[in-house]
Amino acid sequence: MSEHKVTGLGAYFSVFLALMVLTAGTVWAAFTDLGAWNDIVAMAIALTKASLVVLIFMQVRFASRMAKITVVAGFLWLAILFGITLSDYFSRGFLG
Amino acid sequence: MSTAQVGDRTQPVKQRQPGLKPWGMAHHFNSFAQQQEASYFGMWLFLVQEIMFFGGLFTAYIVYRTAHPFAFALGSRTLDIQLGAINTAVLIGSSLTMALAVWAAQTGRRKAIVVFILLTILLGGVFLGIKTVEYSHKWHEHHVPGPDFQWEGSQGNRVHMFFNLYFLMTGLHALHMIVGMGILAVAAVWAWRGAFTPDNHNLIEGLGLYWHFVDIVWIFLFPLLYLLGRNVG
Repeated sequence: MSEHKVTGLGAYFSVFLALMVLTAGTVWAAFTDLGAWNDIVAMAIALTKASLVVLIFMQVRFASRMAKITVVAGFLWLAILFGITLSDYFSRGFLG
Repeated sequence: MSTAQVGDRTQPVKQRQPGLKPWGMAHHFNSFAQQQEASYFGMWLFLVQEIMFFGGLFTAYIVYRTAHPFAFALGSRTLDIQLGAINTAVLIGSSLTMALAVWAAQTGRRKAIVVFILLTILLGGVFLGIKTVEYSHKWHEHHVPGPDFQWEGSQGNRVHMFFNLYFLMTGLHALHMIVGMGILAVAAVWAWRGAFTPDNHNLIEGLGLYWHFVDIVWIFLFPLLYLLGRNVG
């Protein structure tokens, strides 16, 4: 935020509309049988929505490099938490 | 008026001594930009630990749902998808009004800050109201975890676990909203008194980050709790 950039109202309303459309899309996709892809589609839509909120509503796109690294580190550590925990649970069956 | 006070920018800054920082800047900062950067960075540090806090619950959800997908689908189908979808829209709307409150603070619109904060609180109230209706349905259906839990079909213990996670995750999310609405109410009063300027509105910006974070948590909770498992027979 070091340069005091102000996000325009057009960007906020566009993001709001996109979030609404994606919400409708995820409900629609949930009732369509895509097999194993249902989970992937739902999470891909949620990740897209979250990215829009982080980048535009939370103004991370205008943030300093240090703040951006902090944000990325937060989600990276979340991925590590998921990754290591699940690699344990999902591999227990391998041992028979 | 005795309220010619902290926030009144129409009064000239009184120089008590040479080198005094301008009104609204803490003494340990060199510029407003530096102060704002510190506040923004600090708020994100707080949110990163919130990510880990909720992350533990999401991990538990993934582990249990992967082990018992059928039971989780059974539990998920008892939730009201319409109320869940409406609440998602309401919360996204509240994120928009929160973003507009930050915009109003950045551009120095005092009354607009107050209006947008009050709208955010109102939409947050609508969300919690709908959540209360959902909780009360679950209460009457004996789906609230505990000794009163009843499940007619198969896999009762596993469905019980789904509802444990449902109430823990949505409850913790609702608690975050209640805390946020309380601080927003205080911020609305301060904004009305003129405490925030384009140079110094870190509380509004920090609250915005917090509110959007709570929105993001719901963006993941909605598909995980309400939607997954609707497709299977």
